[in-house]
Amino acid sequence: MRFSSASARFLAPCALLAGAALWAAAASAAPEPLAVREIAPGIFVHQGRYELFTPRNEGDVSNSGFIIGRDGVAVIDTGGSPRVGASLLAAIRARTQLPIKYVINTHMHPDHVFGNVAFEGEKPTFVGHHKLPRALAARAARYLAINKELLGDEAFAGERIIAPTLLVDDKLELDLGDRTLLLEAQKTAHTDNDLTVLDKKTGTLFLGDLLFVEHVPALDGSIRGWLALLDQLKQRTEIAHVVPGHGPATVPWPAAMAAEQRYLDRIAQDVRAMIKQGKTIEEAMRTAGLSERDAWLLFPDYHARNVSAAFAELEWE
Amino acid sequence: MQAAVNPGKVLLAAIVAAAMAFSSLPARADDPWPDIKRDVFENRDIAEEDGTISLDAPYRAEDAAVVPLTMRIPASIARNVKTLTLIIEKNPAPVAATFHFGEAAGAGDRMLSTRVRIDMYSNVRAVIETTDGKLHMTTKYVKASGGCSAAAGKDMDEALASMGKMQIRVFEPATPPSSSPDMREAQVMIRHPNFTGMQMDQLTREFTPMKIVQEIEVKRGGVLIFSVEGGISISENPNFRFTFGAEGNAPIEVTAKDTDGRTFTGTSADKAT
Repeated sequence: MRFSSASARFLAPCALLAGAALWAAAASAAPEPLAVREIAPGIFVHQGRYELFTPRNEGDVSNSGFIIGRDGVAVIDTGGSPRVGASLLAAIRARTQLPIKYVINTHMHPDHVFGNVAFEGEKPTFVGHHKLPRALAARAARYLAINKELLGDEAFAGERIIAPTLLVDDKLELDLGDRTLLLEAQKTAHTDNDLTVLDKKTGTLFLGDLLFVEHVPALDGSIRGWLALLDQLKQRTEIAHVVPGHGPATVPWPAAMAAEQRYLDRIAQDVRAMIKQGKTIEEAMRTAGLSERDAWLLFPDYHARNVSAAFAELEWE
Repeated sequence: MQAAVNPGKVLLAAIVAAAMAFSSLPARADDPWPDIKRDVFENRDIAEEDGTISLDAPYRAEDAAVVPLTMRIPASIARNVKTLTLIIEKNPAPVAATFHFGEAAGAGDRMLSTRVRIDMYSNVRAVIETTDGKLHMTTKYVKASGGCSAAAGKDMDEALASMGKMQIRVFEPATPPSSSPDMREAQVMIRHPNFTGMQMDQLTREFTPMKIVQEIEVKRGGVLIFSVEGGISISENPNFRFTFGAEGNAPIEVTAKDTDGRTFTGTSADKAT
């Protein structure tokens, strides 16, 4: 259909107005790029807040990052909501137009995977530990229900859990052209689906929540497994620096794991001693590991639960 | 960090909690207690908070799938107690467990402790029935959410691989004896996922079928200390800590049966304590 010139004249200002309105709407809806820091050439990290999920922080409470190679980009964790994921994508697009080849999740927790949905349109391959799909499947309903309440409708809007399709059984290398990433599926530690990502070119290791700095650790796997893994990672000489799941964008290795190791060790020792003395899980939750209270942020939110988990594990020794 | 952080911070739930905390409020449409009282106790009179039974429960559960509960019955009434029924009002199956006491439970101060799943903010009630047919109850309010639909286990492979393993521990008598010198304390732990049937696998869109330990007998020298009929509210790796009469040296013997017809047995003689 063709417009008469009269209607075209009439329409033109409207189209202009409508266009302006659309542009304004788009501008206000366009996600602000997430603040990121280049911690090594081509490696960018966003530092999340030390907070629990709230509508105000929109789920921006964990670290995420991306690595730009010659042929494409790998994203490592996507933040705690579709909004944070979209802001991370905006931060990437402010730096490169290369295709996003991989979105890697370090483990199952919502603050690391809820932003996945924002990357679907980029058609990346989603990558994770071989136990990640099962872990997400078993928890999806509960994760969605609880976090919808915590984040509020606005930040939660559009949330769907996207599980990985490329699974890491043991080790897997991903090629970004001029750099290779080594992905390693770890044994049960922080969770039963922890995956680490090493950029071989710079010796940068993304540890996910295997490392907490300043933010109190959260135990959702095995305290024995976690301590054993820290010992093992400490011996690795190719690691120049690491990215924790919660903490500064980058920290020195192995110095930065000392506090977490001390915390987990303290809990394990206190709980073992109490089990030996015939103390109960309630008593342990009240008193074990309290010497660590002032060393961590969010201690009251996670500590007693950590002790409960440690007790339920260690009483079977 | 992990997901299910702090149910106490959800405002709406807090308001509901405040409203629910006063059990003297008139019965409301969503108050499950009248129905439970009718179905489980035939609407009989129940004496409340009369000092015959006490219940320790956290006001806010740290882990809704593992909420420790401890019941105590003073010696003066313990020898006359036949059963203890543990009710979690708002759980899908409110009767969490029914304990039957036997002769070997002893005549001193009685203690019984277990760990349960709590699905939403709920009253938890412990009801005892004495040999004269009277009922006594104590109630605590617990803030918890998602305990029944929480994924089983922090390490799923480990949970299934070690199913049926049992650990029975008899504790050294307290020195000096805390209250009842004629009593000892022991703990029974059974490795079992205790799948609630409410844990959905989102890949298959199917619920993991219910698979629970439904019957446990704890005896000493062939004499019953207690038996328990458990439901889906008992946490993964069912765990019971209890007192028993101190006399004699007979080991504790445990038989447990699950819904798949498996029988697990164990005795405290298997292991030095």
